[in-house]
Amino acid sequence: MTEWLNVILQGVLIGGLYAMFAAGLSLIFGVMRLVNIAHGDLIVLAAYVALMVTTTLGIDPLTSLLLVTPTMAIVGYALQRGLLNRTLGDDLLPPLLVTFGLSIIIQNGLLELFTADSRKLQAGAIEIQTFQALEGVWVGLLPLIQFLVAVAVIAALQVLFYRTALGRAFRATSDDQPVAQLMGLNTRHVFAMAMALSLAIVAIAAVFLAVRANFDPAIGPARLIFGFEAVIIGGLGSMWGTLAGGVILGVSQAVGAQIDPGWQLLAGHIAFLVILAVRPQGLFPKVSG
Amino acid sequence: MTRVEHATKSSRIGVMLVAAALVVFVLAPYWGDRQTLRLLAEIFTFVALASLWNLLAGYAGLVSVGQQAFVGLGGYLLFALAMLLDVHPIAAIFIAGPIGALVAIPVAALIFRLRGAYFAIGTWVVAEVFRLLASQVSVLGGGSGISLPAAVVIAMAPSRQLREFETYWLALGLTVLVLAAIVILLRSRHGLALTALRDNEAAAQSCGIDVARIKFLVYVLTAFGTAMIGALIFLQKLRISPDTAFSVNDWTAFVIFITVIGGIGRIEGPIIGTIIFFIMRQALADLGSLYLLMMGAVAIVVMLWAPKGLWGLIAERFGWQALPLQRRLVPTPNISKKERKP
Repeated sequence: MTEWLNVILQGVLIGGLYAMFAAGLSLIFGVMRLVNIAHGDLIVLAAYVALMVTTTLGIDPLTSLLLVTPTMAIVGYALQRGLLNRTLGDDLLPPLLVTFGLSIIIQNGLLELFTADSRKLQAGAIEIQTFQALEGVWVGLLPLIQFLVAVAVIAALQVLFYRTALGRAFRATSDDQPVAQLMGLNTRHVFAMAMALSLAIVAIAAVFLAVRANFDPAIGPARLIFGFEAVIIGGLGSMWGTLAGGVILGVSQAVGAQIDPGWQLLAGHIAFLVILAVRPQGLFPKVSG
Repeated sequence: MTRVEHATKSSRIGVMLVAAALVVFVLAPYWGDRQTLRLLAEIFTFVALASLWNLLAGYAGLVSVGQQAFVGLGGYLLFALAMLLDVHPIAAIFIAGPIGALVAIPVAALIFRLRGAYFAIGTWVVAEVFRLLASQVSVLGGGSGISLPAAVVIAMAPSRQLREFETYWLALGLTVLVLAAIVILLRSRHGLALTALRDNEAAAQSCGIDVARIKFLVYVLTAFGTAMIGALIFLQKLRISPDTAFSVNDWTAFVIFITVIGGIGRIEGPIIGTIIFFIMRQALADLGSLYLLMMGAVAIVVMLWAPKGLWGLIAERFGWQALPLQRRLVPTPNISKKERKP
């Protein structure tokens, strides 16, 4: 019994990480209807940026976030202004193919620079600290911090969306771009701010991912898929739904892995396909399409 | 009275060129060495894969990044049928097609719930599921893969040379078959609907085209062709593993770049794109992963500044078409005379 409780708890905590993958994806889809196929590769890129920052400055990974997050935000702003804004329009194909090309470029660029070797960020003693939550149920300190950060990120996004001028601009552009433009919003700037925010979240997720497990240039697409599955399970447009989606995905994978290690990823995909079959709008839908 | 005319001057030249090329390719075993035959067969399979993806994404607007699901499925079907059921490998290729289509029906029912770009990632999830399932099948090598047993290979043809000729002709034949099927489809009633769909989905729907049905049809037909080509590819390779069979780079990234660079939404595009792709590959093969990086960059540049690709530029500049697919109304005075007679 406690064994399963442990498994489920691990799944819930890893779900926080998936929710952070998903939040960035969901944000830019909500604001500009762009699905960023390079999202997973940008996570890996951020992990390598964190690796360089921690090794050259000798600071620990969580402190490196102070540098990595703004760096990725600037990358996001520049990427949107310089490249992705050109692809937006009625046609679905350009943004999809350009971000797909970008994904290939990032993957192979990282392969050239850092080789295919697995890397990991070293966070020191915090990595192995655990405490007993219940009789026989142990919680790692780092996974717990990771989950709480995910909850904080999503709460902050919620506040930003509904309480600030930038959030109002996001919602206005999302609802009706031409009218938002008539009201004096520079939509190119709004889109770029959304991408900057998305990549700032990517940076946070990437550091936790890189402390938790090994990474190499090829793992991006799988992170994109996890994020995407969390978005669809949770329901399009709902930030808290995204967290629920991440948790469901995390728990499915943990339970699958407990049954048979080969079933970890498969169980997550199956949970996604089952939700798609029985409740295609997701669990907590907010917008349609 | 009028009738519909497909051919133009350029398409008559185009058809003659295609016929001449076909004769040259059929006779390739007599003029080419082994290296050339291998390269040509690989080029043919990419022409076929890219043409199928072009039909799916360029015409039906179904942008899939998961066609490797059906390439891998076809490959594994070949191995399963040949190794477990003693089916002749060539027969297995033709069985892989219909099974691929059958599998595509429930897959489509599920992922058609996702729209637009989310559909694209949905197709990718399906390919991942197929890859993970394939690595669970231990009789077919599990995660590490398996080679086609020598007995099966030897049974195909008495000598190695003959077997190589056989797979070459098979590649050529299947590619011609796929292209011919696409041309026939596009010249049919459904082809007119597909072309309308390509140009404007909303307008096509308002003209009474059942958009959902035709998309479903194209998805299933594409799976049919892709599974067959997949079986063929792994008959050439003689070895399969989940990672090579369901590789997103090999069977989707390359195919997308080929189609985009050549010209999406036109039948000539994938052919031009494949030729450019292989020229680039032969020239830049030493660069390793930098070469892929450059392909990605070229595809982005083309998508942004020449979204209709190279053939799109040519076709718009000169009004050319290499195959008779256009529809023009031509007045036919002699029919009206006939009508007056009785």
